[in-house]
Amino acid sequence: MTPLLQVRGIEKRYGARIGCADVEFDLYPGEVMGIVGESGSGKSTLLNCLAGHLKPDAGQVIFDTRADGPVDTVTMSEPARRMLGRTDWAFVHQHARDGLRMNVSAGGNIGERLMAVGARHYGDIRARAVDWLDRVEIAENRVDDRPSAFSGGMQQRLQIARNLVTEPRLVFMDEPTGGLDVSVQARLLDLLRGLVRQMGLSALIVTHDLAVVRLLADRLMVMKDGHVVESGLTDQVLDDPQHAYTQLLVSSVLQV
Amino acid sequence: MSISGEKKSAMIDLSGVAKSFVLNNQGGAVIPVMAGAGLRVAPGECVALTGASGAGKSTLMRMIYGNYRANAGRILVGGTDVARAEPRDIIALRREVLGYVSQFLRVVPRVPTLDVVAEPLLALGVDEEKARVRAAELLARLNIPERLWSLSPTTFSGGEQQRVNIARGFAHDYPALLLDEPTASLDPVNRAVVLELIEAAKARGAAIVGIFHDDAARARVCDREADVSAFTPQAAA
Amino acid sequence: MTQDYNFAYLDEQTKRMIRRAILKGLAVPGYQVPFASREMPMPYGWGTGGVQVSAATLTPEDTFKVIDQGSDDTTNAVSIRKFFEKTAGVAVTEETEKASVIQTRHRIPEAALREDQILVYQVPIPEPLRFLEPRETETRKMHSLQEYGLMHVKLYEDISQHGAIATAYAYPVRVSDRYVMDPSPIPKFDNPKLEMAAIQLFGAGREQRIYAVPPYTKVVSLDFEDYPFEPTKADHACDLCGAEDSYLDEVILDDAGNRMFVCSDTDYCRSRREAGHVGRLGEEAA
Repeated sequence: MTPLLQVRGIEKRYGARIGCADVEFDLYPGEVMGIVGESGSGKSTLLNCLAGHLKPDAGQVIFDTRADGPVDTVTMSEPARRMLGRTDWAFVHQHARDGLRMNVSAGGNIGERLMAVGARHYGDIRARAVDWLDRVEIAENRVDDRPSAFSGGMQQRLQIARNLVTEPRLVFMDEPTGGLDVSVQARLLDLLRGLVRQMGLSALIVTHDLAVVRLLADRLMVMKDGHVVESGLTDQVLDDPQHAYTQLLVSSVLQV
Repeated sequence: MSISGEKKSAMIDLSGVAKSFVLNNQGGAVIPVMAGAGLRVAPGECVALTGASGAGKSTLMRMIYGNYRANAGRILVGGTDVARAEPRDIIALRREVLGYVSQFLRVVPRVPTLDVVAEPLLALGVDEEKARVRAAELLARLNIPERLWSLSPTTFSGGEQQRVNIARGFAHDYPALLLDEPTASLDPVNRAVVLELIEAAKARGAAIVGIFHDDAARARVCDREADVSAFTPQAAA
Repeated sequence: MTQDYNFAYLDEQTKRMIRRAILKGLAVPGYQVPFASREMPMPYGWGTGGVQVSAATLTPEDTFKVIDQGSDDTTNAVSIRKFFEKTAGVAVTEETEKASVIQTRHRIPEAALREDQILVYQVPIPEPLRFLEPRETETRKMHSLQEYGLMHVKLYEDISQHGAIATAYAYPVRVSDRYVMDPSPIPKFDNPKLEMAAIQLFGAGREQRIYAVPPYTKVVSLDFEDYPFEPTKADHACDLCGAEDSYLDEVILDDAGNRMFVCSDTDYCRSRREAGHVGRLGEEAA
């Protein structure tokens, strides 16, 4: 099986400081990988390099495109990469307002990606928006409301609907449950798990919350000072950590 | 008595398995916990791991599941070497072949019990309706009142959580099963149900490795015992 | 008096700079060309962009006409016309037919323009994507990559809120299958006329942009398959000249709610009446 994403030697520097370096992994279709580490460990830098928001100084991010097979997205033309960002890739921001258009209705937010790839039938676009609102458990009668009238959890679910409407194959998530109430987090986690399963999504999830990765991620990568210090099966890394830093990280979590 | 595991091809086949923990944050202390461990379990066979508390029963079971990393040796489950397999191969193995009933229920909060039990089937691509029917059957059989099915099990009593965990572990007919004290904290009625489930799993050909502190239960469902004390490293301080 | 000013007020250097922007705009139809907009002796919002384009376009032989919402006699139109009369000494006219350069605010004349005419638009906000995307860096990238899904989001919002595309003016168009362009706040009734024989130049003074549509260029109004573009107007005939094909202004006549509809293009209405056409409330031409 061809990996959906092959990451090779990714490095990003900010002057002399290392953002991330020597990152390599393969992600297969349907796999969910968590990236954990403390603030400044380079996990967000890495995610932004992989998603094409930052240009890495070295390395390749090879994506198995539908049309042409594996292509290095770092060297691909910007229009092609942005097109990927609207079709096969999705990016869920920590703060919903970074990923939503706050002055556009929920339906318009969901429909934007469809219109961006050429949908020109209002009735169809609206029907799909309503369908997706339902899938993320937002009442249909909110379709014309602006996200500013939504709760934090609803905004985040709307952001997910907006991203998944074009049925992407790879979803980048940056702290998707960060900043939400614990009870709202749980609902979102359950929703994400269901969508990942139903759509066969692959996902890269950056978080500092080990409980989130245990419930969402098949695999885990632990980062420290810009480097990957340990990776493997999520529960193996969490229950039998090998690296000193991972052991410290795991033992530092407060038990409830 | 059942057939011996030695003759048939084993579903679970361990040899030369070793494990030590390295505590990097405590001066790099190395704690060897197991060496030279071997075990063969044939389809339809149930083997009990025995040994004093701390002898490594749970550790061995977790290594078979891939939860702990083996430092040496081979852990074949249905032909996959868990000690060396890629994460995605272990995930596929857990989805299709290897079930595990642990002592702890770990679920997304607020997910209804029925969905928690149905999830292993959904992960296999079973139709939602069918998966829920199967989940309902198991919950009913394990005497979880129907009014609780729509609630999250996180608020349940210990015994109820244990039964939800068992229902989840038996939802799919795994060819290999790991059972960590499946009858602990159960009343006699439910204990009998669990033992029936184990016997049924054996009858359909599942290879089972279990930890049973309940002697009577062990005697009833297990064909053999494997004493993990034999795998205690000699060099242990 | 004209010798007190350089021809058409602006210095030659500035006019050359503006002409370069105009030529670039004509070469890349619909593309917003940045230019170094000058301070003009009138406030922003009074057509400083259009005035600069007109200044760079006019020659001493030109005949100049200015309309504001179709009318030649509003303050804005009169003052701009006088400005060029004074600073360029060009001939002026109120007749569309006779003008070689027409500066307009918010209308396209009803009479079809010819190849030897130039229509100069005053533009308040040249960026059609601005409503939804405030970042200039991002809108530029969207233009360069033809990422125009957002334009339809605006139309989607219209339909979802009003049941129809309620955008009645500044209705976005795609020029020559490439750039999405704001045609300035003309009523969407005028959009079909954007495909014309004359050169169309657009100037935005405050925003410092010039863009253009060359003669006979394809200009398509954006829409949805199930909500097609409709160039609407009030469902009346002109009460003065009886025209049924012109864009109408509604005029309230008294406190009793009586009203009349008249052509917004005053020259068009006048020429029809002179030709003997009479509307509901019109009088026979004297």
